[in-house]
Formats: sequence, C-alpha cells, structure tokens
Amino acid sequence: MTKALRRLFSGRGAVVGLPYAFLLLFFLLPFFIVFKISVSEMEAVTFKDVLTLKEGVLQLTVKFGNYVFITQDALYFKTYLASLKYAAATTLLCLAIGYPFAYFMARARATVQPALLMLVMLPFWTSFLLRVYAWRGLLAEDGWVAEALIAIGADQAMAALGLIAAPGKLLHSPFSLVLGMTYTYLPFMVLPLYGNLAKMDLRLLEAAADLGATPWVAFWKVTVPLSKAGIIAGSMLVFIPCVGEFVIPELLGGPETLMIGRVIWDEFFSNNDWPMASTVAVVMILLIIVPLAVFNKYQAEAQEARR
Amino acid sequence: MRGARFNAWFGRGWLSAGYLFLYLPIVALVVYSFNDSPIPNVWRGFTLKWFARLPADTEMVNGLWLSLKIAFLTACGAVVLGTMAAFALVKYRRFRGRTLFSGMVNAPLVMPEVVVGLSLLLMLVQMQRALGYPERGLFTIWLGHLLLGMAYATVVIQSRLQDLNPQLEEAAMDLGARPSQVFWLVTLPMIAQSMVSAWLLTFTISLDDVVLSAFLSGPGATTMPLVIFSRARLGLNPSVNAVATITVALVSVGVIATSYLIARAERRRAQEAAAAARA
Repeated sequence: MTKALRRLFSGRGAVVGLPYAFLLLFFLLPFFIVFKISVSEMEAVTFKDVLTLKEGVLQLTVKFGNYVFITQDALYFKTYLASLKYAAATTLLCLAIGYPFAYFMARARATVQPALLMLVMLPFWTSFLLRVYAWRGLLAEDGWVAEALIAIGADQAMAALGLIAAPGKLLHSPFSLVLGMTYTYLPFMVLPLYGNLAKMDLRLLEAAADLGATPWVAFWKVTVPLSKAGIIAGSMLVFIPCVGEFVIPELLGGPETLMIGRVIWDEFFSNNDWPMASTVAVVMILLIIVPLAVFNKYQAEAQEARR
Repeated sequence: MRGARFNAWFGRGWLSAGYLFLYLPIVALVVYSFNDSPIPNVWRGFTLKWFARLPADTEMVNGLWLSLKIAFLTACGAVVLGTMAAFALVKYRRFRGRTLFSGMVNAPLVMPEVVVGLSLLLMLVQMQRALGYPERGLFTIWLGHLLLGMAYATVVIQSRLQDLNPQLEEAAMDLGARPSQVFWLVTLPMIAQSMVSAWLLTFTISLDDVVLSAFLSGPGATTMPLVIFSRARLGLNPSVNAVATITVALVSVGVIATSYLIARAERRRAQEAAAAARA
C-alpha cells in the first residue's frame, strides 16, 4: 500500500496517472454512459435507469427498441449514407487539391518553406466559424465567388449534375456543403502530407531517373508510395470529423443535405429524446471506429518512427 | 528543359490558387465589415458604424468575456496535461495501458464533436444527479474544451520532445542532477517554445468552439461563438463581420509578434552556441 502510494506521488506516477485518469473519466467513461442510455427506456420526462432496485431485487431493463427503430426507418439510413458520402467526397477533394499543394510546398526553395508553412497554419488561428460564415457571403447572391462562377457558366453545369438545385442558387446545396468542408479541412490534409513529403530522400528520385524512369513514372512509383502514411493520416483527419460535422451543414448545407450530426442535435435539443440521441451517436461511433483505429495505428507508428 | 520550366510555373500557380482559396473568405469578411449597407453583399461606401455599435452589444460583449475566461483556463490546463501526456508517451516507453492511453490522447483530434459533447454532457448530468455537482456553465464547458485542447497540446509538445537531444538530459544526470532538476532546468527550457505554441493554439481552439459549448453550457452561459452562430444561422449579419475583422487584426498582430520574438530568441541561442564553441 505505501509502495503504491509512493509510486503515485513519485514524478513518474503522477505524470502518467493524472492525464490518464482525466481521459478515462471524461473521455472513455462517457461513451459507456451513452451506450447505457441508448438502451434505457424513456419515461415521462427522463429516462429510466438500466439497473433498478425493485422490492430488494436488482432488475436489469435493457431495451434495444431504438436500434431496431433506426434500422427500420429509411430516414436514418439515408442520413447515415449521406454523411458518409459527403465526408468521402470532401476527403477526395482535399486529397486532389492538397496533395499537389503539399508536394509543391515541399519542393519549394528551403528558404521560403517556413513562410509557406506558416501561411497554411495561419487560418487555424482565425475563427473557423467566421471563415465558414464568410462562404455564406461569397456564395450568396451578388457574392464574389457566386458572380465568378455564374460568369463562367459553372452554375449551369453544376445544376445539370444535380450539385445545386437551380442555376444561380449556389448556397444550401450539396455543392456549398462540400466546398465548405473542403475549405475547412484542407489544412488538415496538407500538413501531414507536407511533413511526409518534406523529409523524403530526393536521391531516390535520382536513382529512379538513372534507371530510366521518366519524372511522371518516378512520381507514381516512388513519391506516392513513400507518402502513403501521410495520405492515410491526412485522409482520416478529414474523413472522421466530417462524418459527424454539424456547424458546416448548418450554415452552408440545405434541406436535402441532412447529415447525422444534425440528427443527434435535433434528437437531443428539440425532441429531448436522450436515449434516441444516444442510439444515433452509438451507431455513428460504430461507423467511424474502423477509420479511427487506422488513424490511431498510423499516428502511433509515425510517433515511434521519429525516434 | 521546357518540362522543368513548365513544372515550376505549374507549381507556383497551384500554390497561389490554393492560398487564394484559403484566404479569400478572410479578405471578404474584412472588406464587408466596412460596408455601409445593412445587406452585407452590396457595397455602399465605407463606414465604421458596425465597430462603433459593438461595445453596446451586451450579448456579444458578455459572450466575449465568458469565452476569454474559458479560453484562458483551457489553455493553461491543456498545456499542463498535454506536457504530462507528451512526457509519458515520449519518455516512458513502457507502462500498463500505453496503447489505450495513446489512443485516448489522439482520438479527440478527429472524434466528431457532436459525439464528444453529447457523451460528456450525459455523464455530467448523471454525476450531477448523484452528487449534486457540477452545475452546467463555465466549469462544464471548460472540461469539454480541456479534453479537446489537451489532445492538440500533446501533439505539439510531443513532436518537440521527440526532437530533443537526449544526451543533454543524460549529461545533466551525470553531473548529479536529480530527475526533477533535470526536468525543470534542462528539459523545460528546451520545450518552452512548443508549450507557448500549444497554449496559443488551445486558446484559439477554445475561443472558437461551438458544438462542445452548445452541449455543455447552461442557462446564462452563452459564449461568443454561440452568439455568432445563432446570428449567422439566420443570415448575413454586419456585426459578425465586425467581430471577424477584430479577430483577424488581433491574430495577425499576435502571430507576427510571437514569430518575431521566437526568431530573436533563436538567433540569440545560435550566437551563444557559436560563442561557446569558440571558447
């Protein structure tokens, strides 16, 4: 006992123990409670406890009705699917814009690289909420971007593809939603990719050229495979939070872009149905648990590899 | 060599377009905050009236105060916890539950905030029922922000700790320093810069958060982002643009000042090292 106590108060015990206890109590435990509430019954104003003492006997009441309801109601299924779809589209767009971006950053002159990096990080420091709000102005009628897109006729093409409801109406559409998410999460894709591409050994490209590879072939066969860890880390940093995104769909999305974050919000704040909100959240966690595990694995590996 | 020239121009073009994409919304916000028209998208001349009206906007001012308080407390707490967590992950290669620990440290970086906010709130409500504590308000919002901020602080401090030369700490120990002395006199000064960056980053993250605050706030505890969000939801609002311009101005000054100070400190350290090498 005294040994355990002494270990706790020794530097090492406290350094590991304090953040560990904090995370267990405020990060892990809440998920178990959400699961517990998702299988509780709803009573008049509040939910019933899963374990109750009735006449001295401990009773366990578990109700999977909410889960059954979710699988049967087409609306939930459609919303989950839409969330995954928009998150995937955002991830692909971020990769398509961010990979060349990070590549050219990493191949720029060494003296300008810190400034280029700083410029990518700076938007982090200005409010994300305000920058998303700014897109409302840019895409609204008479907005700068809206005027430019209409001038080149891009709105016609997007309306034909079903990305916006009608030509000229850019806001509150799948287009504005994915644009807003791509905009917000682009730095999360660029930063890990840049970190990865900047430390690549350029002699490998010379070797490839010596062996007769054209720059294009060398890029696809050497650079891209070597940056796999960066691609995965960046994609997960974009995809996972996008699945549950709430603020961007709320400000830039429209009636047909309902995402699951909004459903949780409404079940909780408007319907006051805590068990249902918990059920929707548990299913969302199940959807992102595999990407989350992949992310954690690569994050841990990257941290080990740096030593 | 025409290919290389083309590549250089293509690269420059791509980077410029990317930066334009990143900065266009910020420029638009600032420009329209000086617009003398209630409809923010139609330019009708220069004005400062939206700024002049802000001090009388009690909802916004009260929100700002609460947000600043929470952000300050979050940044301090997150740097302490983040330093500990980073230290545990880098220095202690083996302890029980290390995988779970690193997973829990990294997960809040990507976990949708709706889920984190909902689960933390439901737990706090249960706690409140059992213990009569805590009331929803500043404290509960702080807990949520701390969770998120700690993850970011850990990543920032951890990457600095990993780059440190372990020989410096070993040398201190060889010269008879106790582990706590090594930490306070050798390690801490070397990671201080990353701790400052982590503090600033978590401060801004907390100052900006909508979703966690919405779940964890109680009656009367409305943070500035919640005020902005509820106005932005209804449409374009010049007061929001004015707040944005002030934020951008403060951030620019802060970042320029910090990077200047950091560059100066680096230069001085390089000079000292060179002087020591000559001696």
